[in-house]
Amino acid sequence: MAANQNPTSTITVPKGAGEAALTVRNLSVFFGERAAVKNVSIDIARCAVTAIIGPSGCGKSTFLRALNRMHELNPDARMQGEIRLFGDDIYSRQVEPVVVRRRVGMVFQKSNPFPTMSIAENVTVGLRLNGVRDKKVMVERTEQSLRMAALWDEVKDRLGAPAISLSGGQQQRLCIARALAVQPEVLLMDEPASALDPLATSKIEDLILDLKKDYTIVIVTHNMQQAARASDFTAFFYLGELVEFGVTSKIFTSPAQKRTEDYVTGRFG
Amino acid sequence: MIAPNHNWRQFKNVAMQVVAFVCAVLVVSPLLMIFYHLLKQGLTSINLDFFTQLPKPVGEVGGGMANAIAGTFILLGQAALIGVPVGVLGGVFLSEYGGTRLNWWIRFAADILNGVPSITWGIVVYALLVVPMHGYSALAGGVVLGLMMIPLVMRTTEEVLQLVPAGYREAALALGIAKWKTIVQIVLRTALKGIVTGVLIALARVAGETAPLLFTALGNQYWTHQLTEPIAAMPLQIFAYAISPYDDWHRQAWAGALVLLFLVLFINIVVRFLTRDRFRQKT
Repeated sequence: MAANQNPTSTITVPKGAGEAALTVRNLSVFFGERAAVKNVSIDIARCAVTAIIGPSGCGKSTFLRALNRMHELNPDARMQGEIRLFGDDIYSRQVEPVVVRRRVGMVFQKSNPFPTMSIAENVTVGLRLNGVRDKKVMVERTEQSLRMAALWDEVKDRLGAPAISLSGGQQQRLCIARALAVQPEVLLMDEPASALDPLATSKIEDLILDLKKDYTIVIVTHNMQQAARASDFTAFFYLGELVEFGVTSKIFTSPAQKRTEDYVTGRFG
Repeated sequence: MIAPNHNWRQFKNVAMQVVAFVCAVLVVSPLLMIFYHLLKQGLTSINLDFFTQLPKPVGEVGGGMANAIAGTFILLGQAALIGVPVGVLGGVFLSEYGGTRLNWWIRFAADILNGVPSITWGIVVYALLVVPMHGYSALAGGVVLGLMMIPLVMRTTEEVLQLVPAGYREAALALGIAKWKTIVQIVLRTALKGIVTGVLIALARVAGETAPLLFTALGNQYWTHQLTEPIAAMPLQIFAYAISPYDDWHRQAWAGALVLLFLVLFINIVVRFLTRDRFRQKT
């Protein structure tokens, strides 16, 4: 399923991108008549962090949600174009959204651990409800996921405690652990730190840098410094269009487009 | 700084507060009066016999309502078997599936049904079950109470499901969990206490219904051995005793009303307990 990339792509893949995890071609997303994302083509590099920046309403969240078909929760949503995950067309007629979402996990802006479940149950919920019964696997995966989310040391003595007893930052890391436990190939993050204090934010950023060894990460952020610090590639969206996409350092120091420069330097947006 | 009509405004303010307070007292006073009266009249007739004995024939003193108490619980059990699954699933449909327009009509219909006089329900089930089965039956009584529960349970279920933040649904779906599993394991579990509360309130509501049972369960002076036989129920027994000319039966009716009131009160206290717990859990 891997590595059959289309070499005739018109999009310039930034150097060092290696293999693309997600190839997006001519993606447009509509809500009713309104186009939220317009004709976007982009290659998301494997085992790297790609940041999506842009002012509110520029379609970056919609774009992110289209990557695991979450936008379909809106009954008015409709898409055109093609998205391939390691070569597999995720919008193919035979592919169910559920299967796509198992391979492309998501972390949301507002931490949302399930209030009826303990910390450990929250981590393994994706496995349990997808039919995993093996207790040993669960225990292993709980520790592994919590370690990856840098939460293990803080909660290892109270795995049975209610998830909502954790602090906001811990809850968000728990949500990351929960997403990791089902072992997705790609992790989408929709402003994962925007509701957190600076300390918790920096923990999440460290975590992102750690996770990219094993995971492909796409992160939507309003925080320019965060994009600059945590990402390898940056895509700038404006009014539903992809204005510029490239290596993060280049986007932030010498962007090709005037609009990108204006945005990253804070002149608008 | 004093407005020219200061005193007049002060007076109006106080006067309206007094009126509002009197209205609030008027709301509570029937409950207190019912309680006082029932305790005074009914308490002396409540004894062990009341809960364990069958009604005695006219002229014989004593006896109880054991069959009516059991009958009420049997009817409520049947009603729950019908009303809870249909009502909860209907509420799930309204909250989680269905188009806006269709749901508007279903909601509209449910709200109308909630306002239908209970005697009408009795006549409907009389025509649907009692006539074809050639007789009054416990089954018909359970069905009528169950049907009355459906719109009540459906609307409260929908409301509490709507209170579950969309973020939980999204989180579950984003883990690749199927929609139906998300609903059963995440949404319903989160809203469970609210649903149980709605079911209990609906049960308390139908527990005291008399009119629909007159056409369906009919009442019975003896134990009911099959659901196809008429069955006694507390509201029916209270009604039958209350309109009788015998003092002893009147006393029994008071006692029955008191027990029924305590049953409803007990359910309401359980509801209070559950909802309080829910708020405490909130972060």
